[in-house]
Order: sequence, then structure tokens, then C-alpha cells
Amino acid sequence: MAAPPRAESLVLLERFVTALKAKGVVTEAEIETQITRTDRASPEIGARMVARAWTDPAYRALLLSNGSAAAEAEGVSMAGMPPLGVLEDTETLHHLVVCTLCSCYPRAVLGYPPHWYKSAAYRARAVRDPRGVLAEWGTVLPAGMEVRVVDSTADYRWMVLPRRPAGTEGWDAQRLAAIVTRDHLVGVALPRTP
Amino acid sequence: MRFAAGAEVRVKRDFPELHGPCHIRTPHYLRGRPGRVERPLGSFPNPEDLAFGRPAARVPLYHVRFDQPALFNEGQSGDTLLVEIFEHWLEEA
Amino acid sequence: MTEPDAPPPATHDLGGALRFRCTPVEPDEAPPDAFGKRVDALRQLLGQKGLMTVDEMRRCIEAIPEAEYHALGYYERWLRAISALMVEKGVLAAEDLGP
Repeated sequence: MAAPPRAESLVLLERFVTALKAKGVVTEAEIETQITRTDRASPEIGARMVARAWTDPAYRALLLSNGSAAAEAEGVSMAGMPPLGVLEDTETLHHLVVCTLCSCYPRAVLGYPPHWYKSAAYRARAVRDPRGVLAEWGTVLPAGMEVRVVDSTADYRWMVLPRRPAGTEGWDAQRLAAIVTRDHLVGVALPRTP
Repeated sequence: MRFAAGAEVRVKRDFPELHGPCHIRTPHYLRGRPGRVERPLGSFPNPEDLAFGRPAARVPLYHVRFDQPALFNEGQSGDTLLVEIFEHWLEEA
Repeated sequence: MTEPDAPPPATHDLGGALRFRCTPVEPDEAPPDAFGKRVDALRQLLGQKGLMTVDEMRRCIEAIPEAEYHALGYYERWLRAISALMVEKGVLAAEDLGP
């Protein structure tokens, strides 16, 4: 579990904010607006994009060639955000995203990164023992499927386009989006029919 | 842009950490490792300069694919790793 | 295959680190607490106002000594980094942050 901040960190934050306000650098209203804006992003956006790609070939092509434009097409403002890249899983290829150096994450379409994504264990092990990490999520890949670990080290942010699970024939995008979770968009798990 | 998709490259076996404060986006575990350019990703201001507030020239960035088990002598044969590497960290293999 | 002249990886450069080879990944899905969200918002605002880049913040996070790096929470590291950076850049004075 993520430990709560220590008392000294709470004091530092208080002093820091007080000083920034006193110098006219930020206002409380700006902080609150920023939090509200950041809270709005969640894995539901990424799930919606994936479901749309599963049902709309033109959108799928856009998603894979220009993830940022595909996010904009779903109403996400990507101005000032790092470019979004989307990695396509196939019958023989599965992607797993990690950031070994810090915690790069496609926040515009997935929201805040979860604690485990930022943990030392995940960052250390995903590139060394990807199948062991996947197994902790109960994810066992079919024989012959390549795992491609994507270490997010620079300017892009990466999201996985998983394969549409069997048994979802005829489902509309809304119903499909409901079975896609953050874990699928990072690549630690595969979507399944409920 | 020096490398095209498919180019055989090697990450420089360089350790700027030895020579004072620095900020590097090339993971330690890839230094000296051979890979293949998957595709160019465009050009971005050099983070090694941005980190110190210096003027930063744009540098080509590549998605480079590596053989995963070879990196740690661990893992399953055929698995791979895809990493963004800036051009000045790459040399022809 | 580390040759003798290779220094050990920096604290933040965790890819493959043996120290965590056998540590399970804790599946904690909780969103950040109020402290985390506030630090996160400040980080974004200072960036938007052109007072720092994400690269400068990372450099300051990487400067946190190893024992503290692993002891501090994620957003505690961020707070340490951005507050130190604002002092470094002369936006704030060291005294503003404490005695």
C-alpha cells in the first residue's frame, strides 16, 4: 500500500504553497481547478478509445497512426500533453508498458498512474521477468505469443490496444468499453468476456 | 535523421554518471546492447539539456527493439523489448 | 554482462534491479490522496507557467539520496524535487520552506 505522507512532508507542502501564493505564483483557485481537471481523466477514456477501435476500422487506423489525434477525436484535449502512441496486440504479440526510469504514463487517457505502476518492484521486474510479472495478475499467454516490453523512457506515452475477446460478436462500443480496464491498457492483463 | 527502420544499431556503452551531475533517459541496462530500429519517432528537445535549464537542440528519437532474454540472461526466448532512444546514444552495429 | 568500468545504476534507474527481483508487485489501485493530488496539481501549474520543465523535476528527483528515495512516497519525492527546484531557480528563498 502507498504509505500516507509523513508529518514533515505535510509541513513542507503547507510552507511551499504559502510561499508560492505570497509571491503571486499560484492561487488556491488555480490549484483546485487543476485538481478538478486532472481528476476528470480516467481509464474509461482509454477503454472508450479501444472499444471504438474494435468497432470502427477508420478509427482503429487513426488510433494506431496518431494516438493523440484519436484521443482528441474522443474529446480529450491533448494540447501541451506528450504525444500518445498506441501499441497493437496481435495473435502472436502482446505488449506490456513500464517506465523503468520514473513513471511515464498516458495520463491524458488513463488518469493518475496507480501505485503499483510507480513501484520499484514493477519498474525493476517488468523488463527482467515480464512473464513473472504477468503471472502475478493471473495473465498466462498462449504458447507462441511474444511478449514485447515497452520501456517508456522519453517523450511518448504508450497505451496498449488489446485484442477484442472472443464471444463479443455483435456487441456495441458502449458494451465493449465496459469490459476494458486500466490493466488491459497497460498490458498486465487481457480483456475477457464476463 | 541518421537511422531508418530496420537499421542495426548499438546503444553506446557510455556512463556519463561517472563524470558529474547528469540526467539521462537511456537506461543503464541497455548501454552497449545491440538492437534494431523499429521506427523513427520524430525529434524532441534533448532532455539532458532541458534538465539543467540549458538551451536544448532537437534530437531524433527512435523506437529500438532488443532481444529481451539476452539483457539479463533471463526470460523466454523470442520475447522482446521496445525502448525510445535518442540518436546521440546510438551507433551503427 | 557489466564490465568493470561500468558504475552501478543510479537509484532511479531501476530496470532489472536485482534488489527487487523477488518483490511481488502490490496491486494497489487507490487514487492519490489529497496530499498527492495537491502536489501533482502544483507540478502541473509550475510547468504551465514556464517555471520548470518535467526534465528539471526528474533531475531533482534523481538527486534524492538512495535511502530517502525508497523511503519517501511518490508524491513526497515530487514535493521535495519541485520545492528544491523553486529555490534553485530563485522563485522562492530557502527560508520560505523552513528554518
